[in-house]
Amino acid sequence: MPDASAIADRRSWPEAADPPAPLGETRGLVYRPSDTALIDGIDLKIPGRGRTVVMGPNGAGKSLLLRLLHGLLIPTAGQVLWGGRPLDDGLRRQQAMVFQRPVLLRRSVAANIRFVLNLRGRAESAQVSEILDEVGLGELAHRPARLLSGGEQQRLTLARALATNPQELFLDEPTASLDPASTAAIEAIVNRAHARGTKIIFVTHDLGQARRLADDVIFLNAGRLAEHSPAHSFFDNPASQAARDYLEGRLVIRKPSR
Amino acid sequence: MQDFSEAFGLAFRLVLSADPDLLEIIALSLKVSLSAVAIACLVGLPIGTAVAMGRFRGRTAVIILLNALMGLPPVVVGLLIYLLLSNAGPLGWMRLLYTPTAMIIAQAVLIAPIVAALSREVVEQLSTEYAEQFRSLSVPPGSAATALLWDARYSLLTVALAGFGRAIAEVGAVIIVGGNIDHLTRVMTTAIALETSKGDLALALGLGIVLITIALSVNAAVMALRLTATRYAYA
Ligand SMILES: Nc1ncnc2c1ncn2[C@@H]1O[C@H](COP(=O)(O)OP(=O)(O)OP(=O)(O)O)[C@@H](O)[C@H]1O
Ligand SMILES: [Mg+2]
Repeated sequence: MPDASAIADRRSWPEAADPPAPLGETRGLVYRPSDTALIDGIDLKIPGRGRTVVMGPNGAGKSLLLRLLHGLLIPTAGQVLWGGRPLDDGLRRQQAMVFQRPVLLRRSVAANIRFVLNLRGRAESAQVSEILDEVGLGELAHRPARLLSGGEQQRLTLARALATNPQELFLDEPTASLDPASTAAIEAIVNRAHARGTKIIFVTHDLGQARRLADDVIFLNAGRLAEHSPAHSFFDNPASQAARDYLEGRLVIRKPSR
Repeated sequence: MQDFSEAFGLAFRLVLSADPDLLEIIALSLKVSLSAVAIACLVGLPIGTAVAMGRFRGRTAVIILLNALMGLPPVVVGLLIYLLLSNAGPLGWMRLLYTPTAMIIAQAVLIAPIVAALSREVVEQLSTEYAEQFRSLSVPPGSAATALLWDARYSLLTVALAGFGRAIAEVGAVIIVGGNIDHLTRVMTTAIALETSKGDLALALGLGIVLITIALSVNAAVMALRLTATRYAYA
């Protein structure tokens, strides 16, 4: 269920004069761990509101872009800015990320949540169960986290990320191997966070999901920005040839040139 | 042959009747080796964790050194501690030579590198797995270290058990710094070594039986820990 502000975003951009004020920005972003640039000069303005979906073929650099935006990787060149300031530890603390592969502590479900609450200096058991109930894991609070099913693990990592109350939430294909019900559950949680004002940046290969969630779409190809468009124009009339090919299922997997 | 079966019979009787001399030796062995393990863990765990998590120059050299020290020959450790503690040595004034304390020190020196090297491996493996998630959550180094040690607790317990197994079975170090003095520094391994040469096969065999039982129990405990850890997906 898209909320009002998202729809307003979609309508007002790009028809209206100004897109929403950028929150995240990259300037000439390059990531080149060896000879080949894996992220090759990306200039982006990520709107402050709404759900930004990142798409692109396998190996396009989506996960790397997320890591750079979240400060997990240091760019070879260029800058990442949030709210106009270069990314630093203080800004990073206000962000959270759900990784493609869940990494859970070897503890109970509840203890995984308690761990992050303690980091932010406030762990009450009422809060832990509230958070777990929100993602439907209340019943499993005392189970070892690593024995949960894939979908349950993803819900737990999402709950853990949200427990830090992030301003920006990055999600890297969080529903890649989940059944429709678990996918819907994750999307509902993401939408609730979005409604509370959390900026969502979401990588997915699932076109249906992208259509359901996206307010704007960043399309990457071979480490470069192919296009960044409002969702409706991306799906109805993509600006780049790469995006058109991808949407029609014709964009081939990029061969690593190393 | 006659002698041997007689000695075996006597040995079992000694063990089963809980012979006071035998019990005293076993108790001292356990006391010395358990204390040594405790000290080795206090020293070795922080070192192992620091090396596992740290990124500093010469880290590889430190790892190689720790791994090499794991194979220290007990007699050499015994000799070094002897030189330190003997009357002419720098710590001679402490009058520790031929006391259980000296034996504890020697065994602690022997197994601290084992605890450090093995725990480094355990913690580093887990740290690699958690690193990016921890960075994403901005976990401070201290909390990260505590979390790693706690989550690796089953593996670290097996590390401590490995250290204990090595300490309790070791003879070279404790015989040099302890001297196998009856009722004072006589432990299972030194007693076996010396009673055998003196011909008291029954006591030696009895102690041998106990030592093997302990070794088997340690291994069983390690197996049980592994199974528990795997069952609860902590491994
Ligand atoms: N640390 C690294 N060193 C060298 N190459 C890397 C490194 N990390 C990623 N790559 C390469 O960079 C490219 C982009 O990787 P990335 O993980 O961002 O792709 P992706 O768009 O997320 O793909 P997928 O859809 O498969 O998840 C890939 O070819 C990958 O092999
Ligand atoms: Mg990826």
